[in-house]
Amino acid sequence: MNILLAAILKVIGVLMFVGLNAYILIWGERKVSGHIQRRIGPIRVGGPSGIMQSAADILKLMSKEDFVPSGADWWLWVLAPVVSVAPAVLVYLVLPIGRTLVLRNLNVGLVFFSSVSSFTLLGIFMAGWGSNNKYSLLGAMRAGAQLFSYEIPLILSTIGVVMLAGSLTLQRIVAAQTHYGWFIFPQIVGFIVFFVASVAELNRTPFDLAEAESELVAGYFTEYSGMRWAMFAIAEYSNLFTLSALGVTLFLGGWHGPLLPGWVWFVLKSYFLVFVGIWIRWTLPRVRIDQLMDLGWKFLFPVSVLNLLGTGLYLMVR
Amino acid sequence: MSDSGRPVRVEAGPALAPHLPTSNDAGVVPTIGPDGERKLMTINLGPQHPSTHGVLRLIVTVDGEQIVHVVPDIGYLHRNFEKIVERWSYPGIVPFSDRNDYIAAITNEVAVALAIEKLAGIEVPPRAVHLRVLFSELQRILSHILFYGTYGLDLGAFTPFLYAFREREWGYTLMEKATGARMLYAYNRVGGLRNDVSDEWLADLAKFLDFVEHKAMPEYMGLLIDNEIFRERTIGVGKLTQEQAIAWGAAGPVLRATGIPWDLRKNAPYLCYDQFEFDVPVGTNGDVYDSTMVRMREILESVRIIRQVLKTLPNGPVLAKVRPTLSPAAGDYYSRVEGPRGEVGVFLISDGTTKPYRLKWRAPTFCHLQLTPLMAAGGKIADLIAVVGSYDVIMGECDR
Repeated sequence: MNILLAAILKVIGVLMFVGLNAYILIWGERKVSGHIQRRIGPIRVGGPSGIMQSAADILKLMSKEDFVPSGADWWLWVLAPVVSVAPAVLVYLVLPIGRTLVLRNLNVGLVFFSSVSSFTLLGIFMAGWGSNNKYSLLGAMRAGAQLFSYEIPLILSTIGVVMLAGSLTLQRIVAAQTHYGWFIFPQIVGFIVFFVASVAELNRTPFDLAEAESELVAGYFTEYSGMRWAMFAIAEYSNLFTLSALGVTLFLGGWHGPLLPGWVWFVLKSYFLVFVGIWIRWTLPRVRIDQLMDLGWKFLFPVSVLNLLGTGLYLMVR
Repeated sequence: MSDSGRPVRVEAGPALAPHLPTSNDAGVVPTIGPDGERKLMTINLGPQHPSTHGVLRLIVTVDGEQIVHVVPDIGYLHRNFEKIVERWSYPGIVPFSDRNDYIAAITNEVAVALAIEKLAGIEVPPRAVHLRVLFSELQRILSHILFYGTYGLDLGAFTPFLYAFREREWGYTLMEKATGARMLYAYNRVGGLRNDVSDEWLADLAKFLDFVEHKAMPEYMGLLIDNEIFRERTIGVGKLTQEQAIAWGAAGPVLRATGIPWDLRKNAPYLCYDQFEFDVPVGTNGDVYDSTMVRMREILESVRIIRQVLKTLPNGPVLAKVRPTLSPAAGDYYSRVEGPRGEVGVFLISDGTTKPYRLKWRAPTFCHLQLTPLMAAGGKIADLIAVVGSYDVIMGECDR
């Protein structure tokens, strides 16, 4: 009974964090982009610095008509947002938030993370196909090509860290960084590949081809509105946080840090990476689909393989 | 009326109207292959679409991401300008022409006013001529700044747009102080300008020019134009040869990007452009990067021209004495000016009455849109957006 209660509490805790994270990040993205664009962002809706803007958004989205386009494949269309959110929530299971604070210390944590997060593509594909809209279909096809191409360098870049730490358990990888120092220093190439690939995984500028506004209106979620659209947004911002958190875990020492408790460091570092992502998004133009593929297969992939080779050689001669 | 004996004014009657392609004719490219398999896809880009600059509709046939054919479908903003002005008095045409190229309204006004003044034999005071040059160039700066912003949007960068609007807002405030309106000025009159500008305004303008040259332009270049992704996206995209550009009637920055130094301000000087020193920037490859660079360098050239105008601005009246009802002698005149987008032409035929017999408007956007299939076919969907954006499309002047 206690176990069940604890499980339910954990699930509620994760869901609350996912919701709160999306709430803060949507507001934060508006604020940061505002200041990057020499505006001030939301201020009028209420609270300090317009923090209630996201609440107003939620109200607006919830009061919208539940619109299903004619000719949509109903099951695919309705399930797509849910399928997108599910992996975004599931990956919290293995995130090492603090020294002892992790929901489940899986011995294949990294494999779990990368395999679950690649499910995101399924939701995008369902949305693109189910919408019965050419823009959605093109967006989903782009997302398919893109996520598939960037998953490989993303995973390869994490393997270098695994080789150094000697474990797939995320907690052990963090613990190993007490001996080695942060893995960003020996694995700087791996970190760069990881960061570029994760921006691409998240479908954010300069790799936001799947939802390229000036080309495909809104890509795979063109037809979505109201709370269904909001679920895509929640999944996007949740993924933004979790991938940044994975970057922190693997390369930036996880919960290591002086003075403050571990989980504070973890969250601070994660939000720093999120901030860098927002910064990039509001600065750069978008690449073209063939340039995206070239970057993935002709640059990131060989570089990550070479990085693995170098790491292996280092481990051999050590 | 014309020399060839063909009517220049189409009276009502279907016999005279040729068959124009409609949206139903868009399937020029079969979307179904010989084996009955559906190979190509037709997409409607517009008239409601985030990147079509107004109400342009592009019927695009794609093979996956590859563009096979593009048919621009225009006319959603048709206001019957050319026919309506046949019922108006001459002075009334000038304010109405603002609505054609609404981003550079002064350019339209100057083109119409020049044609009417030529036909009616009206002498414009030198101060008004100088101020017309000044306002035309200020409009060019503002138009190119807007182009910079929207082109960034087309290529997926949102921030340059808001940086562009910083200067645009300042520039529009200047225009408002001088003319009383922010976009559609009705500032030119037949015979000059409606009102003079003050010395304080000229001092403000000088400050604006300094800001554009020393602060805004380096920021623009750093933020977008010199960005590696921007260069990748634009260099080699939408290549146009010199022969193609001439054959299809390209003008302005699109033509100059191919390396042809054709600028009406130099090649067929109007107003008093021959008194000022400026260069005509040209590109080399004829791609959309070159036409962007031509526009960016033209901003600096326009700053240079306005500075010279400020130095040489004569004193005196700005409006000649003109009778309220004009009836120019019968005849025709083609006045053309270098607008921000290319040659803006007004062909005006007078039959000696108080109303024009015919007015034909040459809009650069109209000519450039014909180039779309040529420049975009074979590229990706993203290239099509980059190509159409590089014309700096204003549907107001295209549809008229």
